[in-house]
Amino acid sequence: MTTVTPDSFSSAPPEVVGLGPVAWAKKNLFSDWFNSLLTVIIVGIFSWGAIRLTSWALTTAQWQVIPNNFGLFMTGTFPSGLYPRIWALLAIVCGLAGLSWGVLGRNVSTLFSRSVLIGLGLVCAFIVLFPPTRPSSLKLLPMVALVAIAAAAGRQAGRKFPSIGKWVSLAWFLSYFAALWLIGGGLGLTPVSTNDWGGLVLTLFTAVSGIALCFPLGLLLALGRRSALPVVRWLSTAYIELVRGVPLVALLFMGQVMIPLFLPIGSRPDRILRAIIALALFSAAYLAENVRAGLQAVPRGQNEAAMSLGLNTPTTLGLIVLPQALKIAIPAIVGQFISLFQDTTLLSIVGLAELLGIGKSILANPSYLGRYAEVYLFLAVIYWLFCYAMSLGSRKIEEKLNTSH
Amino acid sequence: MAHDSGSKSFNLKAMLRDERFWKIAFQVITLLVVFLLLSFFLGNLNRNLIQMGRAFGFSFLLNPAGFSIGESLIQYRPNDPYWRALMVGLGNTLTLVAAGIALTTVLGTAAGVASFSKNWLVHRLSRIYVGLVRNVPLLLQLFFWYFAIFGALPSPDNQIGVLGLAFLNNRGVYIPWASSAVLAVLGIAATIGAAIAAFYLWQWRTKIRIETGAGGQTQLIALAVLGLVWLAIIVFGMNWTVPEGIEGGGVTGGLRLSREYVAALTALVFYTSAFVAEIVRAGIQSVSKGQWEAARSLGLHAGIVMRLVVFPQALRVIIPPMNSEYMNLTKNTSLAFAIAFPEMYSVATTTYNQTGRPVEVFVVLMATYLILCLLITLVMNQFNQAVQFKER
Repeated sequence: MTTVTPDSFSSAPPEVVGLGPVAWAKKNLFSDWFNSLLTVIIVGIFSWGAIRLTSWALTTAQWQVIPNNFGLFMTGTFPSGLYPRIWALLAIVCGLAGLSWGVLGRNVSTLFSRSVLIGLGLVCAFIVLFPPTRPSSLKLLPMVALVAIAAAAGRQAGRKFPSIGKWVSLAWFLSYFAALWLIGGGLGLTPVSTNDWGGLVLTLFTAVSGIALCFPLGLLLALGRRSALPVVRWLSTAYIELVRGVPLVALLFMGQVMIPLFLPIGSRPDRILRAIIALALFSAAYLAENVRAGLQAVPRGQNEAAMSLGLNTPTTLGLIVLPQALKIAIPAIVGQFISLFQDTTLLSIVGLAELLGIGKSILANPSYLGRYAEVYLFLAVIYWLFCYAMSLGSRKIEEKLNTSH
Repeated sequence: MAHDSGSKSFNLKAMLRDERFWKIAFQVITLLVVFLLLSFFLGNLNRNLIQMGRAFGFSFLLNPAGFSIGESLIQYRPNDPYWRALMVGLGNTLTLVAAGIALTTVLGTAAGVASFSKNWLVHRLSRIYVGLVRNVPLLLQLFFWYFAIFGALPSPDNQIGVLGLAFLNNRGVYIPWASSAVLAVLGIAATIGAAIAAFYLWQWRTKIRIETGAGGQTQLIALAVLGLVWLAIIVFGMNWTVPEGIEGGGVTGGLRLSREYVAALTALVFYTSAFVAEIVRAGIQSVSKGQWEAARSLGLHAGIVMRLVVFPQALRVIIPPMNSEYMNLTKNTSLAFAIAFPEMYSVATTTYNQTGRPVEVFVVLMATYLILCLLITLVMNQFNQAVQFKER
């Protein structure tokens, strides 16, 4: 009888043999004449482009337009005397974000690993060094600290009370109304007309409201389209197909005009509300299709097994089918949320001063005439950051929920 | 008596427990709610329209429009009726959609295949392109192309010439074009016809080679002749006019693509191609690795494996989501209105502003885009059936 010592036999994957830089380049860049040609052409074009871009960014470009209007980009024409309310809102969001991070990461051995610490350090350095944020770094740096402290607290609390996750979700839900109160005023705060809502704050507010409204609606529509009841199925299908056949800008613009016409004479909901409704009605149809794809991917046996256990239709759906379907549909659903976030730019067409709209009105200012490239590049970076963060988050959730082997 | 009432309540209870009853009841309630909501909305609409003094009707489409349109495929004068203005808008939308779909298919497929390149730079480039473009809103990209790129081109007096064949300035792009519209249509028809004929010739050649083992020389010669004939038609039959720069700025001859059109097309193609690239990538990835390995072990080289083995199988996965990307592109052409390109939506908005008839204009818009989307779906469904797995 022979014993196999761990040294002589290992089930680990074979060791990766490192390539030297020359060998790497030969394998990946110059493997044959065609690849070499491609490499040379791409390197040529891109170094030319990079040189042109750098020289433009350092000499021709006038970046002054960004720091001079940073407040406008962030909050639009929100009265500057009331900025503390926006800071309070940011503090709430930072605190909750840190808390959720801590609760989610309660089983991780070290919450502040080296890469996280480097990331936090980079954010702090950026806040201090980036000219537009430098004046308010005394407020922004404590926000970063708040995230870290809340994360540590959330981790402790999460270990002590495992059910705290529910309370954090509830806090997020309530924070939406707190945001509405802090931005819009009323109940003891100076009211701010929706005409003065704008910038990134409005973009985020409409996106979050749209997502919150379209998700339940899309879910219902998807279930309706898969329903065994013909009337429900036909109605859902008709709605989904009609809405998916129309451009969003038409829905938004006509929503501004037609929603008041559909209501009793004289009632005119606020135009931001009208825009959010149009946005949510539009996205719900697309979301319904994503959820339907998830529903179709759940094996029929799951449904039959639940039925044979004596569960009725709502419990079968809620406890057995939907959790599996939503898990499958997460990437598509988050993709839809990302496109909803991007679609908020269309609100600038119907005259709302969200991020792109405020960019347009800054460009209309004679002292910043022709600064298109600077402003649009800056806005593109902001949108990219948010969208990329969302897709990163979706990948993380997917990994967390992935129970297959 | 007591017994009777007992059995009655028992029946009611039984009915309340019966799933069939609830199924019907639920549908009736849904229908009732939808009906009540609709009648509430439509009743309000009717009252509002009567109060505004505008009864529902499409007769206004026959009134003279009274606004001019910058570019149009068909003859249009400002005192033509509204329906003709809308047709002009539809024509402009269609040119955008047709060119957009053609270019998106090419660029998107290229970018998707490029992500499998052995060349590290090409692979990285494809990934960076997709990651950058998909995460920035289309409208922002549209403004960027229109104002920051095409708007920054030099003015006509020191325009850029490309090999003396095309010109670029901040008013638009000038390219060589057939001297008349009829010839241009004929040329496009000849190209499509030749492509279809070539496809069938190639299929015939493959079939003959499989069945008889013959070399297929005859078909190859026929293919070459076809190519030559097509080339002759295109080069000599089209009566090309080449744009020429005028002393002191400006261009004469050729076809002028307005800055609005070029910017809208570029933005749409760049944006949609990033999504198409992801679809193509996912499609190719869905083909199991064994197919690659089997084909390689038969001695086929990488290009042939991709063309004959992997791509046909990937097409089954690629076609259905492509349909929705083409539909998205069609609907997104409406954003060109934001840079003042006179497409369907832009003309419809002007019509609404002049006539104050939101409902009718919206119905026209909705019907137009729905029909366009349906047409695309129809064509793509045909295509989908052609590439589906053929089982017994």
